[in-house]
Amino acid sequence: MAIETFERLLGEHPFFKDLEASHLATIVGCASNVKFEAGEFIFRERQPAERFYVIRHGQVAVETFLPGRGAITIETMRDGEVLGWSWLFAPFKWHFDARAVTLVRALALDGTCLRGKCEKDAAFGYEIMKRFAEVAIRRMEATQLQLLDLYGNQP
Amino acid sequence: MATNPDPLRTSADPMQPRPMVVRQLLKETADTFTLILDPGPEGFPFAPGQFNMLYAFGVGEVPISISGDPGRPEVLVHTIRAVGAVTQALRKLKPGGVLGVRGPYGSAWPVDQALGHDVVVMTGGIGLAPLRPALYHLLSHRGQYGKLVLLYGARTPHDLLYPKQLREWRGRFDMEVEVTVDRATTEWQGAVGVVTKLVDRVGFDPTSAMAFICGPEVMMRFAVMSLQKRGIDDDSLFVSMERNMKCGVGFCGHCQCGPFFVCKEGPVFPYGKLIPFFGMREV
Repeated sequence: MAIETFERLLGEHPFFKDLEASHLATIVGCASNVKFEAGEFIFRERQPAERFYVIRHGQVAVETFLPGRGAITIETMRDGEVLGWSWLFAPFKWHFDARAVTLVRALALDGTCLRGKCEKDAAFGYEIMKRFAEVAIRRMEATQLQLLDLYGNQP
Repeated sequence: MATNPDPLRTSADPMQPRPMVVRQLLKETADTFTLILDPGPEGFPFAPGQFNMLYAFGVGEVPISISGDPGRPEVLVHTIRAVGAVTQALRKLKPGGVLGVRGPYGSAWPVDQALGHDVVVMTGGIGLAPLRPALYHLLSHRGQYGKLVLLYGARTPHDLLYPKQLREWRGRFDMEVEVTVDRATTEWQGAVGVVTKLVDRVGFDPTSAMAFICGPEVMMRFAVMSLQKRGIDDDSLFVSMERNMKCGVGFCGHCQCGPFFVCKEGPVFPYGKLIPFFGMREV
């Protein structure tokens, strides 16, 4: 896929909305196009987290396997969202499984490549960190709500 | 059939229950059921969002939102979660059984104010039941509104209310329906996550949209925040409050929330009116 196309696809994605053109150009060098068939694992728990994914199309389930209970879906993600932040923090291992529920088209961003660029350019690194912090905070808020068991049986 | 010209007006003796016969009892989920009642030849006109006090003879009375179609006053429909002595007693009723009904009480979803606007209906758990009359109304007057969006969250796929109707609504070309559950096994092919996450997945014009929100109060607090973040202003947000309603007509004060009697001035409030009291543990 042409560099111009990557730049356009990334620029149109909500996660990179309003990102400076120079920063977008920096990211493009770490991007590749990927596709997963329904049912295919995108990554597996405890494996090295070397990338994150900008979902362009389809639905992904973030799962964990409980012995005796089978796989449990923790969250689903769709186009417009980003999948994975374990690439950003040591020990750089996935904490959950991610499986394509439908055909998924995404852009994969190389974590090692991007971390290197973040280290070299503090302004760029801060921008990336801010965006992932928001993703992490949203996920934490969602977890808190799920833990409250809002629709439970309490009168 | 005679119709009440103003369904928001209560009867002359608001403390007098009206006996009604159970036509049908439908099991919705493991703990939730729907009662279909026969209001007799005069029918039971009501406005979407209003509630009744349902009396299980010899056990007690509970406030329950009306969940039927306001365009069909010949039946009265209530969806109820069996969580206490009265609701358990109501669940044991059989077709032909009798219960007492007082109402309709309270304020309504502002379906007239929403004319010409996009409408976002956001709900969780059994909160879909009090909003279903509004959905019936919006759909039966579909051409008079802008985009119509339903965002619904439940605990698990087994806890989804009205699944058949959700599928029908989802199949319409003039309505956007997003459903999510808090937890699921991999057999569930739908969305998993909290209902607030759905706000970013649907299309509506936040500058003119109105939102009707109903669910557990904590859910509504987060729902309000997610809709505000999307750009809907406080005056266009409406919430249905749940409090310990006893008399249903503003006599007893059990349901007081700050300066408001939820049974009389609510249960549907413009969010802007509730801001100082919403989520405050002292009230």
